[in-house]
Amino acid sequence: MAAHRCNIFMLVFVLCGLTYVFVRADIEDTNHVKDAESVAVDIAPKANIGASLRSTKTEDQTQAAEEERQWEATEVKEADRVPDTMQTPDVPPLTPAKDQFQEELVIRPLHSGDIYASFQFRTMWDTDFLRGSKVSHYRLFPKSLGQVISKFSVRELHISFTQGYWRTMQWGQPFLPSPPGAELWVWFQDTVTDVDGAWKELTNVLSGIFCASLNFIDSTNTVQPSASFKPLGLGNVTDQRFLRYAVLPREIVCTENLTPWKKLLPCGSKAGLAVLMKSEKLFHSSFHSQALHFRPVCQDWKCKSTVWELRQTLNVVFDLHTSGQGKREWSLFKMFSRTVTEACPLASSSKVYVDVTDNPQGELFELSPTTPLLSQAVVLGDRRTYSVYDLTNQATFGQTRSLNMLLRWRAAESGDMLRPLLHGERYVAGYGLQTGEIHTLMYNNHPYRAFPVLLLDTVPWYLRLYIHTLTVTSKGRDNKPSYIHYQPSKDRLRPHLLEMLVQLPPNSVTEVTMQFERALLKWTEYTPDPNHGFYVGSSVISALVPSVVAMDTNSTRECPLFSSFFPCKEESSYFMRVYTEPLLVNLPTPDFSMPYNVICLTCTVVAVGYGSLYNLLTRTFQVEEPSPGLAKRLANIIRRLRGVPLL
Amino acid sequence: MAAPLTLLLIVAVTIRAVLFRSSLAELIPERVEVVSPLNAWKRVVEGLALLDLGVSPYAGDVFHETPLIIYFFHFVIDYAEIVFMVMGCVFLLQFRKQKYALEAERYPLDCLELIRTPKEMYYIPLKVAMFYLLNPFTILSCVAKSTCGLNNAVIALFILCTVKGSSLMSAIFLALATYQSIYPLTLFAPALLYLLQRLYIPVNWQRSSFWLFTTQYTFMYLGSLCVMVCLSFFLLSSWDFLSSVYGFILSVPDLTPNIGLFWYFFAEMFEHFRLFFICVFQINVFFYTIPLSIKLKEHPIFLIFMQIAIISIFKSYPTVGDIALYMAFLPAWNHLYRFLRNIFLVSVVLLACSALFPVLWHLWIYAGSANSNFYYAITLLFNVAQILLVSDYFYAYLRREHHLTHGLYLKRKDGSEATLVLK
Repeated sequence: MAAHRCNIFMLVFVLCGLTYVFVRADIEDTNHVKDAESVAVDIAPKANIGASLRSTKTEDQTQAAEEERQWEATEVKEADRVPDTMQTPDVPPLTPAKDQFQEELVIRPLHSGDIYASFQFRTMWDTDFLRGSKVSHYRLFPKSLGQVISKFSVRELHISFTQGYWRTMQWGQPFLPSPPGAELWVWFQDTVTDVDGAWKELTNVLSGIFCASLNFIDSTNTVQPSASFKPLGLGNVTDQRFLRYAVLPREIVCTENLTPWKKLLPCGSKAGLAVLMKSEKLFHSSFHSQALHFRPVCQDWKCKSTVWELRQTLNVVFDLHTSGQGKREWSLFKMFSRTVTEACPLASSSKVYVDVTDNPQGELFELSPTTPLLSQAVVLGDRRTYSVYDLTNQATFGQTRSLNMLLRWRAAESGDMLRPLLHGERYVAGYGLQTGEIHTLMYNNHPYRAFPVLLLDTVPWYLRLYIHTLTVTSKGRDNKPSYIHYQPSKDRLRPHLLEMLVQLPPNSVTEVTMQFERALLKWTEYTPDPNHGFYVGSSVISALVPSVVAMDTNSTRECPLFSSFFPCKEESSYFMRVYTEPLLVNLPTPDFSMPYNVICLTCTVVAVGYGSLYNLLTRTFQVEEPSPGLAKRLANIIRRLRGVPLL
Repeated sequence: MAAPLTLLLIVAVTIRAVLFRSSLAELIPERVEVVSPLNAWKRVVEGLALLDLGVSPYAGDVFHETPLIIYFFHFVIDYAEIVFMVMGCVFLLQFRKQKYALEAERYPLDCLELIRTPKEMYYIPLKVAMFYLLNPFTILSCVAKSTCGLNNAVIALFILCTVKGSSLMSAIFLALATYQSIYPLTLFAPALLYLLQRLYIPVNWQRSSFWLFTTQYTFMYLGSLCVMVCLSFFLLSSWDFLSSVYGFILSVPDLTPNIGLFWYFFAEMFEHFRLFFICVFQINVFFYTIPLSIKLKEHPIFLIFMQIAIISIFKSYPTVGDIALYMAFLPAWNHLYRFLRNIFLVSVVLLACSALFPVLWHLWIYAGSANSNFYYAITLLFNVAQILLVSDYFYAYLRREHHLTHGLYLKRKDGSEATLVLK
């Protein structure tokens, strides 16, 4: 116990040290003049160091945005935490493993009246399992996962379980998109020789860890995308041989998946924000998505050494508008039927953010308790303002020793939502069970800028795609993709994989159509309830989308003059991934009740053929002599015995 | 003779041209009776598209044509319609020559009724051409641009060369037909028998001339087959096509409904018996060659007909184009009509089934008011009718042979009129 406490002390010490270092770095790095008394940091921060070191274009900018936000928060915190730092007892700094844990919750009221709550938990793992050193000591990082990752030499692992479909046009963009069902993609280390074998074992192990049907991932639903899924962490391994991607659109997510996911957190569901995760509330929602991302990141801003990051996210959309008798108000207790009473003691930072962008003067809604801390960040190309509640600060909890945020709407209508710039839809056209056509629609809502998108389609083998029927049209004209990577399917072995780079003209809808043929399967290959249909996973649209901030030529918004003339490079576009709806396709079915009959009848027909030919081949024509009657034959036998001439 | 043939040709081409321009041209290539996964034009186009994308056409499971076909169509893709028509015409040419073969069937017997008059013989090529070119099955198959027409043309050329006695060309075309779809392998025996007969070499195991010619013909056949396979390898520089074409034909992985017996049987098969039944069904196609060759060793042309019919009934992916091929032979056996036992029943069943195929398909796939058993029942009936047709012709042929040797009006010992029975 003492050791445990000691660890916490060390952690606090390290944390404060790091905070200080970060702030120093920031001051050196930015030449913006900071207003000491203003807590609202109005300056768009410079690009995060880690992000700028990562060179690829397909970087997850969401991640960058997250780090920016956290960065500012650190600054904010610095103001009131500095005295603490002074008072921290001197703990000898002998922490070899610089593991770290952070947690946060972002709440965003959506324009449809729903509430979007996004939990993020980040565990940093400073270890080196790659060079063969066996890791036996785990502090914050979950041991069950750590062992698996080091055994299979995983470089990056992304897994998500989602129930429901994210309605982009009503809700805007999610922080971390995920397709309905289960999605798993893994980059292996380039030292792995048998990638397929490792993948097979890994999916089975993960299936056990998360109580999910990941063991149904096999070669018929695994692909190796060539461009859509680049590593999100450090390292520029882009050889797709080490990448495996699979989606199980049929997977149903429920409590049994949430419990093992919560167990991976250092505090479990005992303390901190994870206390709010009560499954009967979380699954009584319009959308539920839990994910886990593991990747290597920079340890410090110079990026001399790498550290492993485990990011666990949970996104929920509550439909409080209809369930709350039309009253537009929410509170933590209403959503989760719990309140926050403490931060996780192991967490170095623990915060709750509430999106108040639409409510700068408090005319739209009222948020209580109020917080003096505000933070601004560019999330998904849009500048958002957040109220920040720091749970590590006891003052946040007030007299009641619990935090229960309450938001009450004043206006009946909220303002118009900015349309998402990129949006995708998909459906199956055609009738009957013989052929069909997959239509994918991609909307570019940007008024004047065209941008390229990367479309990834994975279609199971039993829908036989015809690549020569592929058409891409936008604005009524043929739009030839500049890059096509097509891997045809193999029956019972491999799915179709289609990747295309398409330029979307401004303010347009681009339609991709492709015909397919429905196969008749063996009767044992149908899923239970075959007439329900077969699921086809979402197609993935990845794009670098021009930022809304850069698009904003509206000069009425108040912002410093020096920041508004040239939109800076980092903000001009951001990476975005959009998942379309999964498809449900019916296949022709045989009659499952009559295998015996079919075998008997077909064999009979073959036997008729064989029999008639055999008959003709083995016999010869003879003149028929009428056979004598029975009485005559009997008489003849008697006559023969008697030695009398026959009749 | 030339005038009616030309007229026939013009009519046939006109029908096809009109159908190509009509709205049916989109509907017919989707019919499962007309095209199979092996010979659908849509899949040929897909293979060409894959080739253009830089992907091997055999990387996927859509294209199952041989490499020579894909390169052939690579050059003539724009003229595909014409090619399919030409292939029909080639067939016509073949039977112009076949009459000579039939003339050789004279018997020095007194059964004048059984021997065809030269006048009848004269019209046989025309009738055969008419039966092939105006057969709705052929027209459908041609309008669907099924490559089955090409295979039929190759087999027709093979028969033509065999009948003309050119053993090299016969071997080459037989090899080409085998290369396209393994099954014509069984035509090796009748071709060899015919050529031996033409050269007056008796089928005698002791004679060296028999062995010499057999070796020579086998060598020509295997040599040209080998050249074709190697050429395919050099065109694509991979052996993938072997499993994708021949493995596909033999192991029947694609269970798309067709008019054959395989699809529903193997869709409903228990997994652990699957291999066994595939072996049984495939051996069934090749097996009849040996007894038929022994029984019909004096009549290789009829043996060719029997083999083609058996292939088209029992092959793994049959289409109506295959049926049209053996049906084109039927006018050549018009002297057998008097011995046919149930030709009326069989033809009615065949006609009814042909009409019911699209109806039951619609009910199952589009209307949803029937299930797969309905379509399956019709395929069963259709195949029973075909089997009856073929065995009936076989019976009639054997019976005619019997009458040719024993006289037409047989008498019993007691002088009353006798009935012939198989014993």
